[in-house]
Amino acid sequence: MARYLRPTTLEEALALRAQAGETPLALLAGGTDVYPVRTHKSAWFQPFSRDVLDLGAVPELSGIQHDAAGTRIGATATWSALAEAALPPAFDALKQASRQVGGVQIQNRGTIGGNLCNASPAADGVPPLLALDAEVELTSLRGRRRLPLADFVLGNRRTALEPDEILVAIHVPAQPESARSTFLKLGARAYLVISIASVAAIIATDGAGLVSDARIAVGACSAAPLRLSALQARLIGQPAGDLAALVQPEDLAALAPIDDVRASAAYRRDAALVMVRRALTQLAGKPMEAAA
Amino acid sequence: MTIHDRSALAATAHAADAIAFRLNGADVALGDAPDSRLSEVLRASLGATGTKVGCDAGDCGACTVLIDEAQACACLVPVGQIAGRDVLTVEGLAETAIGAALQQAFQVHGAAQCGICTPGMLMAAYDLLRRNPQPGERETLDALGGVLCRCTGYLKIVQAVRDAHRFMGGGTIVTQVEGPSIGSRLARLDGAPKVAGSERYGADSAPDDALWLRAIRCPHPRARFTLGDLDAFVAARPGLVRVFTAQDVPGENSFGIYPHLKDQPVFSTGETRYRGECVLAVVGEKEAVEALSIDAFPIAWEPLPAMIGSAAALAEGAFTLHDFVPDNVLTRGRVERGDVEAGFAQAAHVAHGAFETGFVEHAYIEPEAGYAKRIGETIEIFACTQAPYMDRDEVARVLGLPLESVRILPSACGGGFGGKLDVSLQPMLAVAAWVLDRPVRCVFSRIESMISSTKRHPSSIQAKAACDAEGRLVAYAMEGDFDTGAYASWGPTVAGRVPVHATGPYKVPHVRNLSRAIYTNGPPSGAFRGFGVPQAALAQESLFDDLATAAGLDRLEFRLINAIRAGDTTPSGQRLEASAGLAECLEALKPHWQRLLADAAAFNASEGRTRRGVGIGCMWYGIGNTGMSNPSTMRVTLSQDGRLTFWNGAVDIGQGSTTVLTQIAADALGLPVERFDLVLGDTALTFDAGKTSASRQTFVSGRAAEAAAAALRAEILRLTNAGPMARLALEGTSVTVAENGVVARIDLAALPAQADGTVLEGIGSFDPPTVPLDSMGQGVPYATYGFAAQIASLDVDLDLGTIRLNRIVAAHDVGRAINPMLVEGQIHGGIAQGIGLALMEEYLPGRTENLHDYLIPTAGDVPPIDIILVEDPEPLGPSGAKGIGEPALVPTAPAILGAIRHATGVTPRQVPVLPHRLWELLRAKEGRS
Repeated sequence: MARYLRPTTLEEALALRAQAGETPLALLAGGTDVYPVRTHKSAWFQPFSRDVLDLGAVPELSGIQHDAAGTRIGATATWSALAEAALPPAFDALKQASRQVGGVQIQNRGTIGGNLCNASPAADGVPPLLALDAEVELTSLRGRRRLPLADFVLGNRRTALEPDEILVAIHVPAQPESARSTFLKLGARAYLVISIASVAAIIATDGAGLVSDARIAVGACSAAPLRLSALQARLIGQPAGDLAALVQPEDLAALAPIDDVRASAAYRRDAALVMVRRALTQLAGKPMEAAA
Repeated sequence: MTIHDRSALAATAHAADAIAFRLNGADVALGDAPDSRLSEVLRASLGATGTKVGCDAGDCGACTVLIDEAQACACLVPVGQIAGRDVLTVEGLAETAIGAALQQAFQVHGAAQCGICTPGMLMAAYDLLRRNPQPGERETLDALGGVLCRCTGYLKIVQAVRDAHRFMGGGTIVTQVEGPSIGSRLARLDGAPKVAGSERYGADSAPDDALWLRAIRCPHPRARFTLGDLDAFVAARPGLVRVFTAQDVPGENSFGIYPHLKDQPVFSTGETRYRGECVLAVVGEKEAVEALSIDAFPIAWEPLPAMIGSAAALAEGAFTLHDFVPDNVLTRGRVERGDVEAGFAQAAHVAHGAFETGFVEHAYIEPEAGYAKRIGETIEIFACTQAPYMDRDEVARVLGLPLESVRILPSACGGGFGGKLDVSLQPMLAVAAWVLDRPVRCVFSRIESMISSTKRHPSSIQAKAACDAEGRLVAYAMEGDFDTGAYASWGPTVAGRVPVHATGPYKVPHVRNLSRAIYTNGPPSGAFRGFGVPQAALAQESLFDDLATAAGLDRLEFRLINAIRAGDTTPSGQRLEASAGLAECLEALKPHWQRLLADAAAFNASEGRTRRGVGIGCMWYGIGNTGMSNPSTMRVTLSQDGRLTFWNGAVDIGQGSTTVLTQIAADALGLPVERFDLVLGDTALTFDAGKTSASRQTFVSGRAAEAAAAALRAEILRLTNAGPMARLALEGTSVTVAENGVVARIDLAALPAQADGTVLEGIGSFDPPTVPLDSMGQGVPYATYGFAAQIASLDVDLDLGTIRLNRIVAAHDVGRAINPMLVEGQIHGGIAQGIGLALMEEYLPGRTENLHDYLIPTAGDVPPIDIILVEDPEPLGPSGAKGIGEPALVPTAPAILGAIRHATGVTPRQVPVLPHRLWELLRAKEGRS
């Protein structure tokens, strides 16, 4: 019979995780991914029978702390908590993404850690965190390790999380003071919509108004969201006012979008290009033609 | 920490395992498994059924509750996380000042229609108002964005939420009006339980000892299946009671709308025809049924090649889906008038095109649910439905019982839009309850609802239209193939209605409209708000834009020149005698049209990658069945003890017939609305009012209600020798009749009574006069028609192919608006569904079978709507009224497509115009130019 485990310390949680047999424990935080999967399976008479590890009562996984050294986001921080947190403008992209996930009901319950572990190609939390150079902190009884986010989210529903590990927190290094960011989401309706494509961009400038740092990530256009490294490198040293014109289709060559019910691959590739340009235009302070 | 072993949990709370929390301020403790969904626990264990379940996946927000003062979908919350928390549900709302004010505001604004989303909406709104009692529009939309509504188009909900502060500390709901009730914005008579959460929908009640039923459905579009040892399977699983298959059906194992087309099996017999077809039903205790694994079930599938789409079913060598239709063409429809070739030959301008639409899901927020209970040699069915009498007939046939042995008790219906006209779970529930002689209940999941239920017909339409040099229409020809899916359902109705309407509300002398309903291995296509007319209108209105342009005419002027008017003859050869208000609608739209065109021109004057466009669409819609009888009978009684009762068999699925018909009856009788007791849609107690479809209840049942009340009034006047202008009053058991200062009195208590206490009664019937169509489609298909014209203004992002609607202006000739607030609600809701049809809705079996992948408009997708009500009275209608339900939807998508073309120069001929489809059209155009 399936068990429901709700530890109140990380130690207990790790012990349970380590004791699990061949089938790893199903991790549960906000429930916003776990229960829809159950619903889908149950419709076709595939009852859910895995043991559940509810991480919601583990204090070590919660909270958002920010200081000069960087930012720690607990894995069970909700979208709403992120949206309301006092964080510098480099986090605006993450906050904007937080307000566009599902409806308020989902934002109040869904967690950033769950979003990363669920590893949907369209996860709205991933591009902003990729742009922030975030690392994930993973813990097991074997020890702690940190991975760059790009090495954690590996593909569609695939992560580097080991069966005995728990994602404890996301660490974001200190951001340049001048860093500003934005997140653009493209969907076929206003609310409750999965991204057809998404873009997060962070730009920092030096005293002369030249780009000193550029970090751009695209979501829903590859098995895992991707940073556009070649483009980023080319933007360094450019005047921040006119970056959009520097973006070329080849800059998005690494994307591998798919055809699905939401859009065609060709459209996604082109939309991502448009959105990257718009994100840069927006960060340059130019008026936007229209939000995506 | 706590570790729960679910096997050790009993139904009652053990002290150690109990999960304790506060529900609406009261302490509760329960022994449910901690991973049980809060929604399920609230409803099943705590009896708090005000919280509704629409999807169990966080996609619809119907189950929104507050947990520690923050809104959440209760379907996603394990109750193990609720220990020690505060949960507020709709049942607790009235005890808060803000909640009570919100409930009042919902009533006053008509913000609840079917009411199934209302508890979730109220909770989301309460969450907002607690933080900001006077929120702005954007903030309100953000707060409500997670709750889907399929009826209202959201506008009245947003108004009610923003206006709720005015109802703090009380406020009044209009439940009675001075003078005539007709024409007043009366609050829904059935509104109070909807805002309180006490309304009983199909899943909200069942006998305590009811067993649970779940259907096993085919996962393939076509398959053969073989069953193993079902008895052994059941015997090995405590709690399972029985598996029902085709062999267990006492009567006929089939159902269908048309008497000669009972082609859909209750339980499949060897070969299935669509993904979602019911093969058998498992009945038992809830936990046992829920625990079933398909892997262990003794069924083996052999998938077979399937015909997907009309073209496949018509192709050379296609197999035959049903033996009685070797060529897979279920029905043909035809309307032919004049000489269409001669018409085209004399034309100055000709336009033609091919148009495609896909399956559209009704997406009512209430999945099908109900129970059946055997009482001796009769059976009762409590379930959501649009057609209780048709349900009765189907169930009687399946059980092999006389009609009077079947009683249908319609539950409150959480949306229908045509999808609850067909039986769904009624036949299998009836079979199980009959055979087992135990109550049996069933609640479809969202996915089961979507895979099994009917859809809007996909269409492939080739059409050609022509006008003379002055822009007068001369000829129209269309051929439309409608994918009716695996079973007939309402396919013949669609094939019949389309040719009649396909030329739109215009004078066209030479017409040939041909339609076919084609069997395929798709889901059964049935009735969906408009019966094929929205699909046909997309083609026709698009071609008329072409003609207007070719003739050098403004698009609205072109329509005005050609508008059909009273005295004109339709392509079916019917002379419209009265109440043809399209021209008036267009005249009323003119200033809006010119203003919006000027606005678009000004906007587009600046170079930019966003272009603004304005489009117009018109429609007509025949009210009631096509060329066949569709009567309604109503009854109004006074009883010995002074009760005034309206026996109304029309089912209110949210559109408002309970309120509207009572308003009509009240004015015809001469007593106020609030004096009426209502007996609604119970096949044992009310007369057959016909189905709630075809926009017919206001018109047809309205006339019957008027006649019934007038008959009672005539009886009262006769007894008192009073004249027609006498004023009635009901006090206790006496009716007073005042005329010219003379007051006569009838003592009801002194009159001889029928068995049910009735002493005076009026019964009224109405069957709209029609003449069946002949082989050329000539006749009088409908007694009256609704007319409308709508304008859409929108912005297109040329780079992304995305569309933002700015405004819709809707002018509707409704004959007479019995209750303008409810009429507006129908128009808002129809427009929202039209937006969905135009821009986002596409049901793909196996791919968009949930409300996560199948997108319907949210609160942020419906723009401001201006409504102009044109009242060109219909002499046959009650106080001149016609229907509005379907007319609201038909012109929206054509107006949107016209606006896209106006903005961009590209002509979408396939809906939905998803961003990537529009982007492809735009790219092709830019590649050319």
